[in-house]
Amino acid sequence: MIPKTPPASAPTMIEFRDVHKWYGDYHALRGINATIREGEFFSLLGPSGCGKTTLLRTIAGFEGISEGVVLLDGRDMADVPANKRPTNMVFQSYAIFPHLTVAENVGFGLRRQRLPKAELAGKVEEALTMVGLRGFGARAAHALSGGQRQRVALARALILKPKVLLLDEPLSALDKKMREQMQVELIRLQRQVGITFILVTHDQEEALVMSDRIAVMFEGQIAQLSDAETLYRRPNSRKVADFIGTMNFLPATVLNESDAVVEVEAEGFGRLSFGADQVADDGDAGTAIGFRPEILTLLYEGQAWGDREVSAVVEEVVYYGDMTYYDVRIDGSSKTVRLSARNVFGRPVFDRGVRVRVGWNPGALILFR
Amino acid sequence: MKGGIFRIYTIAYLVFLYAPIILLPIFAFNNATVIAFPLQGFTTKWFTQMWSEPGLWPALQNSLTVAISTAILSTVLGVLAARASTRYRFPGKAPVMGLIMLPLVLPEIIVAVSLLVVLLGIGVPLSILTIILGHVLMTTPFAIAILSSAFQGLDRSLEEAAYDLGETPVSAFRLVILPLVMPGIISSLLISFTLSLDEFIIAFFLGGTHVTLPVYIFSQFRFPAAVPVIMALGTLLVALSVLLLTIAEYYRRRGIAKSGGKDTGGFI
Ligand SMILES: Nc1ncnc2c1ncn2[C@@H]1O[C@H](COP(=O)(O)OP(=O)(O)OP(=O)(O)O)[C@@H](O)[C@H]1O
Ligand SMILES: [Mg+2]
Repeated sequence: MIPKTPPASAPTMIEFRDVHKWYGDYHALRGINATIREGEFFSLLGPSGCGKTTLLRTIAGFEGISEGVVLLDGRDMADVPANKRPTNMVFQSYAIFPHLTVAENVGFGLRRQRLPKAELAGKVEEALTMVGLRGFGARAAHALSGGQRQRVALARALILKPKVLLLDEPLSALDKKMREQMQVELIRLQRQVGITFILVTHDQEEALVMSDRIAVMFEGQIAQLSDAETLYRRPNSRKVADFIGTMNFLPATVLNESDAVVEVEAEGFGRLSFGADQVADDGDAGTAIGFRPEILTLLYEGQAWGDREVSAVVEEVVYYGDMTYYDVRIDGSSKTVRLSARNVFGRPVFDRGVRVRVGWNPGALILFR
Repeated sequence: MKGGIFRIYTIAYLVFLYAPIILLPIFAFNNATVIAFPLQGFTTKWFTQMWSEPGLWPALQNSLTVAISTAILSTVLGVLAARASTRYRFPGKAPVMGLIMLPLVLPEIIVAVSLLVVLLGIGVPLSILTIILGHVLMTTPFAIAILSSAFQGLDRSLEEAAYDLGETPVSAFRLVILPLVMPGIISSLLISFTLSLDEFIIAFFLGGTHVTLPVYIFSQFRFPAAVPVIMALGTLLVALSVLLLTIAEYYRRRGIAKSGGKDTGGFI
């Protein structure tokens, strides 16, 4: 298998230069700047209505843009209609042609090439095999299950060997189990064909699992564009931090700051100093320190911890089998924070009301201001 | 008995609705020139005699010309209107669609008289063409109603998918949209054809000297001797109408089943 993430030096496949889109007087895309690399699995993630589909459709050519430039493989797409672009799309509804067979659906895009019958059949069968539907060609398309439609849609798009495959929430209509299975299959397929995939999703977990890089969008703008780990560990704003996973916030006040370091007084943690790379935008929600539930460690009786500690009271316990979630109140703070602990062998589950020690490390905290 | 009155009402309603139509074939096969009971025995002579009536052939020819032209024209207009109303948003769409559908509930005599006044006013001679014009006006709302439900059931992304896979807007329409709305088109053709074939008032007012089948039938009632023949002709027309409407409904339902939609009522 090809190693996953394409390097930062990989050639650019798509470039957005200050792209704006107006629907009447509604400003749907508000200055999109981004580059997507060749062979990358790229996701557009954001809440409903933030413009993900609109941005995807500007690549496909279904939607003209009001301002800016979309470059595909170095070529300006302004005057290239959708049917001439080297992109193919998997629609949210799959858009399988109900009056055709599976094979006719998959071979639809090859119609114009007027291939000999045997060659066409061979290509269709090859595409069907790739998505695990070998031998399904003669079936009527309208009689397929959701997961099978999904695969037919994939085969139909990939058979044309596009430079970019666009997927608009392709998994949202599937049940949880099927969705997880298809996530793995999509990753496998992407590595196998090496085509740039651009996935639209509002499911943060799906984006984190599948993508090389993710663009988080709010209200027609890209708030952050980075790989999954950076997005999770170092969100650049409170909005992104809130949207992805759980982030605890405790109020803080700035004591003094220099170019490289900000010193604050934070509830429960006292005096802290943050390097410039640990500072994110608070989006007018007030200065606060932030940390993920698994970043702090609940220490059991007698457990050695070579770093800093605070003490806290357990106020709520939610037991999940493999994990336990605790709402704890750190001494000196006004609100509870959520912590998580993996229930590895020998680790006790704390009861409500007990006092615990919480181990932490200043490098793991983020300052929102 | 609970619901008894409604049962009686229902039966009475059906009797009034269908008894005259049932009388039609009964007298068409009755061996007597007088339309009265008791029946005088079975005969098929009225059906054979029918074909030698001098005025019948031109009337039939006119009717077929009108009905076929009407069916095609109103279905084409219906396709355009249904496509526009389901696909595009434009200002004033609701009132425009409402106005197009109005002839559905307007008394036909009003439509016929006003058309006549307008046509005479601007000096258009009355002919087969003017009947077709009136019939298109009358049947287009039906065509739009049938075709709108066919177009509405279509996923917009089907067309985009075809476009995405390299087809032009025209070939995407031909390869994807047309086959999917074909049952609706057939249904619309058949229903417009049937409505036009049976229509009397507009044909009577706008036809001038050109006589369609229903107008011919009406004119023949002046001659008592011709009545059994008219009964025979009427029987054939009823049979043809029922047949065509049944086929139309079959296609309409098949279209709904094909696109996986739910039946929300039709004309039958
Ligand atoms: N054709 C259109 N005309 C007018 N407004 C539109 C049109 N298409 C989209 N919009 C608006 O643009 C905004 C962005 O729409 P878009 O479909 O891109 O959102 P999205 O991020 O894909 O959301 P979702 O997760 O709900 O699919 C929405 O507020 C939507 O109402
Ligand atoms: Mg969307």
